Parts: sequence; C-alpha cells; structure tokens
Amino acid sequence: MKSLAELQALKQKAIENVNLRKDREDGVRVVVGMATCGIAAGARPVMTSFLEEIGKRNLNNVAVEQTGCIGLCRLEPIVEVYAPGQDKVTYVKMTPDKVARVVAEHIVNGQPVAEYTIGAAGM
Amino acid sequence: MELVRSHVLICGGTGCTSSGSEVLHEEFDEMLVKYGLDKEVKVIKTGCFGLCALGPVVVVYPEGAFYSRVKKEDVEEIVQEHLLKGRIVKRLVYDETVEQNDIKSLNDVNFYKKQQRVALRNCGVINPENIEEYIAVDGYQALGKVLTEMTPEEVIDTVKKSGLRGRGGGGFPTGTKWDFARKSVNEQKYVCCNADEGDPGAFMDRSVLEGDPHSVLEAMAIAGYAIGANQGYIYIRAEYPIAVRRLQIAIDQAKEYGLLGKNIFDTGFDFDIELRLGAGAFVCGEETALMTSIEGHRGEPRPRPPFPAVKGLWEKPTILNNVETYANIPVIFNKGADWFASIGTEKSKGTKVFALGGKINNTGLVEIPMGTTLREIVEEIGGGVPNGKKFKAAQTGGPSGGCIPASLIDTPIDYDSLISIGSMMGSGGLIVMDEDNCMVDIAKFFLEFTVDESCGKCTPCRIGTKRLLEILDKITKGQGTLEDIDRLEALCYHIKNASLCGLGQTAPNPVLSTLRYFRDEYEAHVVEKRCPAGVCKALLSYVIDPEKCKGCSACSRKCPVGAISGEIKKPFVIDTTKCIKCGVCMETCKFGAVVKK
Ligand SMILES: Cc1cc2nc3c(=O)[nH]c(=O)nc-3n(C[C@H](O)[C@H](O)[C@H](O)COP(=O)(O)O)c2cc1C
Ligand code: SF4
Ligand code: SF4
Ligand code: SF4
Ligand code: FES
Ligand code: FES
Repeated sequence: MKSLAELQALKQKAIENVNLRKDREDGVRVVVGMATCGIAAGARPVMTSFLEEIGKRNLNNVAVEQTGCIGLCRLEPIVEVYAPGQDKVTYVKMTPDKVARVVAEHIVNGQPVAEYTIGAAGM
Repeated sequence: MELVRSHVLICGGTGCTSSGSEVLHEEFDEMLVKYGLDKEVKVIKTGCFGLCALGPVVVVYPEGAFYSRVKKEDVEEIVQEHLLKGRIVKRLVYDETVEQNDIKSLNDVNFYKKQQRVALRNCGVINPENIEEYIAVDGYQALGKVLTEMTPEEVIDTVKKSGLRGRGGGGFPTGTKWDFARKSVNEQKYVCCNADEGDPGAFMDRSVLEGDPHSVLEAMAIAGYAIGANQGYIYIRAEYPIAVRRLQIAIDQAKEYGLLGKNIFDTGFDFDIELRLGAGAFVCGEETALMTSIEGHRGEPRPRPPFPAVKGLWEKPTILNNVETYANIPVIFNKGADWFASIGTEKSKGTKVFALGGKINNTGLVEIPMGTTLREIVEEIGGGVPNGKKFKAAQTGGPSGGCIPASLIDTPIDYDSLISIGSMMGSGGLIVMDEDNCMVDIAKFFLEFTVDESCGKCTPCRIGTKRLLEILDKITKGQGTLEDIDRLEALCYHIKNASLCGLGQTAPNPVLSTLRYFRDEYEAHVVEKRCPAGVCKALLSYVIDPEKCKGCSACSRKCPVGAISGEIKKPFVIDTTKCIKCGVCMETCKFGAVVKK
C-alpha cells in the first residue's frame, strides 16, 4: 500500500461486496413477487434485469428483495418499489424491457412510471 | 459486474463451528447451484454474532433474517423458500425476531437493543479471512491517517483523550501506557498483544480474533508507530485453533497488501507481527510472565519494577495490551476521540464486551456501553433467569473478581463502581447465579482454579491459596467453625498483600466478596451445618415425604446403592447411612415426594 488514495480506491471497489449487509433505513427497496405464479409469469428475468440495471448504475442503496404471493396472479410479474418518504408503488405485468425506465425514472429520479403501475392496469 | 442480490452469512465462530456450521457452507453452495442461484447469492463465513447458544447461526441479507439452530437438512428449504421465492422460513427464524407476520430487525430484539457494538463492530458482518472486506468497512484507514498525517505524540494524545482503559482486567489508561514506552529511549522496542484469555468461561478475545483479526493488527501497527517499535507479537493460546488460523491468514494478507512489512504507506515505517502460541497456563496472561514465555522460558512472573515500558521483552521497552483494547483503537481514529469519549461514564469510556453465562436465558457475547446497569444486562439483554428462579448474584472478573449481590443489581458497570463494591471488571466473564447456587461453593470453585494455576514461585500464593481451599473445603463439609471464617478472612488479606504477582494478589477476591455479601451463608454452613442453597452434598440429606409418597417404588429401582426400601403403596424410606446423595431419586419421583434437606 503506497498511499491513502490507493487504500481509498480499494475501499470503493470492495464496498459493494459488503453494502448489502447494512441495516438500511434510507435506501430504496425493490420487492419482486416470486411465488409460483410469479416465477411462471417471468419474474426471474425481471429481477435479474433490476440487478443488472442497479449494478450498471452503481446504486449502492437499493436492495432487491423477493416476496411470496401478492395475491394478484393475473397481473404478475409484480414489483413493488418502496422509496423513503413515498408511498409504495406497485408495478404490474413487468417485463425486462420495462425495468430500465423504472430504475432511471423512479429509483434514480423519484418519478414513478405511471403507465406501468397497478392504477394504469385498471384496478 | 457481479449481480449479487443476497448474502448468506454463516457464523464461523468457535461456538457455531462446534454446533456444526461448517457443513452448512458446502450445503448452501450445493443447493444454490441446484436452484440456479449461485451467481446471485453469495455465501460468506463470518465471526461470532454473540448468540452462540442458538448456533449454528445463519443470517440472510438484505432482509436480515436471523436463522438459528440451522441444520444441514434445513438448508434446502431456506434456499428454495427464502432465496428463490422470497418467503422467509419462519420456522427457523430466531423466535424473538418474529413479530406477527413479519420479522423485525435484529437491532430491535431485546438481546441486541441495549448493546452497542464498537469492539465487535465487524464480528458477524465481514468475512474475517478476506482483507478486502475489512478494507470495505474502513479497515486500515486509521493506520493510513496515523502514518501520513499524525506525529507519534498526536497519536498518543488522541488515545489519551479518548479515555480508553485496558480491557484485560486492570483498566490502566492505554494512552498513558503508550506514553511511558514512547519516552523510554531505545533502538529496539516491542508491541505485544495479550490473547491468552485464561479466565474460565471467557471468550471475548477469541471472538474478536475470529471475527475481526485485522482490527487488532491495524491497532498494533498504530501502537508501534506511536511508541517507536517495529516488531509486534501476539501471544495466543494454542487451544484457539480457529483464531490462530485466521490471525495467520490476516497477517499474511496484510503483508501481501503492504499494510504490514516494510515502508507502509510509503512513509518509511516498517512493522511486522508474529504469533507466539501459549500452552494455556493462566499465569502466562500476567504481563511479565507472558513476556518471559515469549522469550522462550517457563512463564513465571518477575518482580516489577522495572515495568515493561522500561524493560520488557528481551529487556527492551515494551507495551502489552489486551485484544479488546486494541480492537477499539482503529475506531477511535476513524470516528474521533471525542466520539469515543461520549460513550460510557465519566471515568470509564467506551464499551465493554462480556461473555454472559450461568443461570441466564440468553447466554452469549454482549457489548454494552460502560455504565449500563447489571439489571439491564440480566433482565433485558440476558432475558432474565430461567425457570422462574430468583437472581441471587453475578460474578465478574473470574478467579480474580468478586460477586455483585441482588441488592446491588442497579450498580452501573464500570471500572470504579465495580471496585468500590468489591468486585472488578476483569476481562469480561459475567456469570449469573440464582438461588440454587451456594456462594461458599462458588468461592471454592475459583480457589480450586487458582490453586491449580499458581505457578509456585512465591510462598504466600503457593501455600496460602492451598490453605484457603482447605478451610473452604472444611466449611462445605460441615466441619468448619466460626474461628475458621475469621482465619479465612485474615489469610485472604495476607495473601493479597504478600504475593508477587496479580494472580496471588487477586486470588482471595472471590472469598472476600462472598464473605462480604453472603457471610450468613458461611455461618449457616458452620453453625447450623446447613447449606441454604442445597448444594454442599455433605450437608444435605435426601428424605421421602411420607405424605406425598405414593409407594410406587420407582425411586428404589433407580437408586444406584439400594438405599431406598419400602412396600408397594406404602411410603418408602431412604437409609441415610447408605445414601450417596446422587439425587437420582429426586429426579425420578413423579410426585415430588423426595426432598433435599
Ligand atoms: C494471573 C493474571 C492473568 C491475566 N490474564 C490475562 C489475560 O488472559 N488476558 C489479558 O488481556 N490480560 C490478562 N491479565 C492482565 C495483564 O497482565 C495485563 O494487565 C493486560 O494484558 C494489559 O493490557 P490492557 O492494559 O490492554 O488491559 C492477567 C493478569 C494476571 C495477574
Ligand atoms: S503470586 Fe502465585 S502465580 Fe504469582 S508469582 Fe507468586 S506463586 Fe506465582
Ligand atoms: S440420593 Fe441417590 S443414593 Fe441417595 S437415596 Fe436417592 S438415589 Fe439413592
Ligand atoms: S418415586 Fe416417589 S412416590 Fe414413588 S416410592 Fe419413590 S418417593 Fe414414593
Ligand atoms: S401466486 Fe402469484 S399472486 Fe398469488
Ligand atoms: S459462534 Fe456463532 S454466534 Fe457465537
């Protein structure tokens, strides 16, 4: 180790590996419905797309979690986004292509993508 | 870019390893592959979470689900349900964390709520065998700052300002100790770490070394810079194989990353650390004996002065600190001396780690701010005394310490309050006792330990502790007299004043403090020939209550010496001349007819 800067750089690189283990109160939670019907409806590719997108943008304070049955099988895959200070937003019939917009507009900029939400699905 | 979304932390501390955590790792790896999750879920082995009695412990993030007593067969269910489908397996989650249909954060559980993790900050959080994880949680930042931005004097001032005192038992101010060594002029000086941890029942230092070995290495390098030393030794007992292995891995990795060795941070400062394994004699934890042992001789204390800060290891100026003391050092530099000094009481700053054991619901490792009361530890963190029994006393400081009776349960735990009530902080053993513990017997237990461990170099300790034990033995056998109690007390003071080292000087403490608070129990043993707690075998007899006995003969069939006789359906009787007081009849009787008197 030759300098503090070098240590700092190594820390930045390593931090992603432990970030997940913090008790977070401030971060965004993305919860993907992954019960049997969710998986059948294609929830796994949606979830991996979220992970990819979040990884690409280096968003350290976003956790991707899974949950069981949400109770709306016909609207699966369902994704709920909990951002601090905002109501829960429920996205329905998600596909991997929709993920990039949700991440960019909602998670990064705080503007939910209305047309993907449960309200737009006529519920 | 790795797409990890979940971390499975498996406790690799000694407690969980012995309850079987090692096989879990392989099983998780296998199951993750089976369910195609191996790319997105990472399995990490960590150090102790503190709830060893619930081991093996597995924690899954980001949810922070705390699984306890996980068996190999449970792994598939966790992978399939939790990691694949996102349904936490409630059956396996630590009950305290389950709240209606949700799980609450570990920090809200009673066991953790009142704790504050400073020395244990990384235990159970990082993989101790991977230096990059330590670096990710600010590891080696303090060393970097110290070497590149601070003078040795500033380093010592910071440690002084933090108010940190030694966690190995004595409570000597750490900054002052370093200052003495700094001012001893010599080409060669040494930094030593005391990881001997000989106190029976204590495992705080082991947990730090197993869970966060780099924090100790970093602190020793800081100490080396402060006093002007470039060689360190860690004296660790060979009975700690996991800790020894992790320390060695940590030292090797630190060298590989240039955080130990030559020219650290390009500042021209060199520092190296070696391990020295101890054979496990209690006296080797005493500072002069420890150094004699590192030098390769039999670990016997020598008179002080000269103090180690002047003439220590190989007659060179040396500092010796405890593992937990060191573990606090990096945080003091990262968060500031003022931050550290804001925790705790006026004269005892920071936190203290205790190994909580005995008659308590949550046994384990706890770290509390100084000044927390014994009541908070026992009732809240510890979850109270099991089986509805009454709290009688707590013992701190192990064989050198004393007890705190129930009447003083609101005593704040810090160095000075404990001394003032005749106990001591010690290195952190905290044993809870209930009404079934006999205080004379407790004193005898610790004396047996010291008699075994006395190195024999000086007479007051070698002979004196034996005499103490003989008197205690006599009392527990019902052969003592009131004069014996007085002789016991007088001898205690004599041993304290005349012994060469701390072992002898503190050995009488368990006797003195039980005499102070439980003299009536001693007197019951000698005057009434009665053990109030029903522990001292010689003083109790088993009898059958004819009112309650149904005459079922179950006890008589179990009695190993055939001491019980009677006719079916009529009350049985115990022949006290044959009875060996094994207690089997009492356990056997379903009607509670056998009683101890
Ligand atoms: C008999 C005896 C045993 C001791 N055992 C230990 C021990 O196991 N670990 C420890 O850190 N200190 C132990 N000590 C205290 C050390 O002598 C020394 O005070 C301590 O390591 C200094 O470090 P500290 O200032 O950081 O507490 C023992 C002392 C005596 C008298
Ligand atoms: S006090 Fe006991 S342990 Fe210490 S030097 Fe004397 S005999 Fe040895
Ligand atoms: S205590 Fe043991 S030896 Fe005595 S009567 Fe009961 S079973 Fe027999
Ligand atoms: S087991 Fe109990 S009830 Fe049965 S004979 Fe013995 S004392 Fe009496
Ligand atoms: S199983 Fe998918 S909503 Fe019920
Ligand atoms: S060893 Fe696993 S919790 Fe302590």
